[in-house]
Amino acid sequence: MSLHLSHDFGVWVAALLTLFIFSFLYKDNPFYKFAEHLFVGVSAGYYIILNFWTVVVPNLWDPLLQVFSGRAGAPFAASLGDYRGWLLLPGLLGLLLFTRLFGRIGWLSRWSLALIIGVYAGLKTTGFAQGDFVAQLQGSLQPLWGRGLAADLSAVVFTVGLISSMLFFFFSREHKGALGAVSRVGIVFLMVSFGAGYGYTVMSRVSLLIGRFQYLIGDWLGIR
Amino acid sequence: MGALRSLEKLDRRWIFLVVGLLVLFPLLWPLDLPLYVSPPVQAYHDAIAELPDGCTVLVSCDYDPASRPELVPMTETTLRQLFDKRCKVVATVLWNGGAGLVDQVLRGVGEEKQRVYGVDYINLGYKAGNEAVMVLMGQGIASAFPRDNSGLPTRGFPIMREVRDYSSFPLLVSISAGYPGTKEYVQQVQGRFHIPMVAGVTAVSAPEFYPYLQTGQLRGMLGGMAGAAEYEKLRREKGTATQGMDAQSMAHVFIALCIVLGNVVQWTRRRRDAA
Repeated sequence: MSLHLSHDFGVWVAALLTLFIFSFLYKDNPFYKFAEHLFVGVSAGYYIILNFWTVVVPNLWDPLLQVFSGRAGAPFAASLGDYRGWLLLPGLLGLLLFTRLFGRIGWLSRWSLALIIGVYAGLKTTGFAQGDFVAQLQGSLQPLWGRGLAADLSAVVFTVGLISSMLFFFFSREHKGALGAVSRVGIVFLMVSFGAGYGYTVMSRVSLLIGRFQYLIGDWLGIR
Repeated sequence: MGALRSLEKLDRRWIFLVVGLLVLFPLLWPLDLPLYVSPPVQAYHDAIAELPDGCTVLVSCDYDPASRPELVPMTETTLRQLFDKRCKVVATVLWNGGAGLVDQVLRGVGEEKQRVYGVDYINLGYKAGNEAVMVLMGQGIASAFPRDNSGLPTRGFPIMREVRDYSSFPLLVSISAGYPGTKEYVQQVQGRFHIPMVAGVTAVSAPEFYPYLQTGQLRGMLGGMAGAAEYEKLRREKGTATQGMDAQSMAHVFIALCIVLGNVVQWTRRRRDAA
């Protein structure tokens, strides 16, 4: 095992900032504060510029510039399949969002918000109905016997889990008697699902730690 | 009993230190712990293996550098498997911060497998609009992405001559870290256009995709670093995911031990308080 320290200035900056952030695990300190503030500031600036160049310029500014500079046909030739001139409308609605900064005309931003919410509610509703509701309902209707012992057992456990978990969320009657017993079974299934979720979350967070350590060991220290 | 009492007042920084050491040492001195391939990972591999050679596949990489340790290894292995089958790859990105990283990964694997940009693979880059872009792609990939990641007209590339809409792809590979990503592709694309789909996701989001596996909406799935490592094992590769799995296992064993000990300490304290 040998050490091959990186000669890249950027790698050193990233490695030191990683160590600064890790130092918080011992206690809050000026190095951590510096790295935290730097991260917040750089991220905010980076994403503002990134959004300007990857959202506003290619989707609004460039098409409008082409159309109104006479380089690309008539401005409102929708009948020819060219809708670029009409981009003035979403551009205007985008600007209206900023009226929230000016108290008295702030209500104008609601027009844009109404459009955004309307479009996404429509997309989400149809998507959920097709992809989740109907498909999951179909998938839940499983034959309980006739497919071999393992598959049958799995289907029974699945059905018991499904029904008992759903009944746990039935709040129109007090959870006593038969309903209480079934709800308690539902709790067991829910606890198992929370446990699986927790395990996966731990794996995700440890993966991030491993990624940073791999960077420090490999890219920065060059240990081979 | 004295040891359990001292655990009640244990400074949590000792736990951080032990987790750190348990992650660090296996990375320096690998333990080569056994790794078993789970059915969703096998199904993911098989879905790609069963594709006709030379077909064009849509790979949507919806993540940013924050998910790099989990999702980049699975993206690289997926691209290698596709390129080995001489499949063409059309890549898209719906996360603004991820376009540069995805480009780096695509070009890296493309160069390694001696594939030509624009002929064998293309990075259509980032497009704002989330689900709206997914629906728009159903009307035409080139209409949704008129320019590639470098700003060149998409229609000018040879690979795009065979690509119209979702019907041009026998498989959609969604590698995602959250919204917009796999869930939205299942809802907006798989449900609507009935295109076969596999997914690679971060571990934290993996449990919510198991119902899609059960219904067949997803043909296969890679969940987090473990999924990526299992996939690497199937492909006989030893990437960063495989290298990280010893550390992952050690950290998990320690955290499980902490949970058991924490419960024992809590239980004894309750008994002591009740007495």
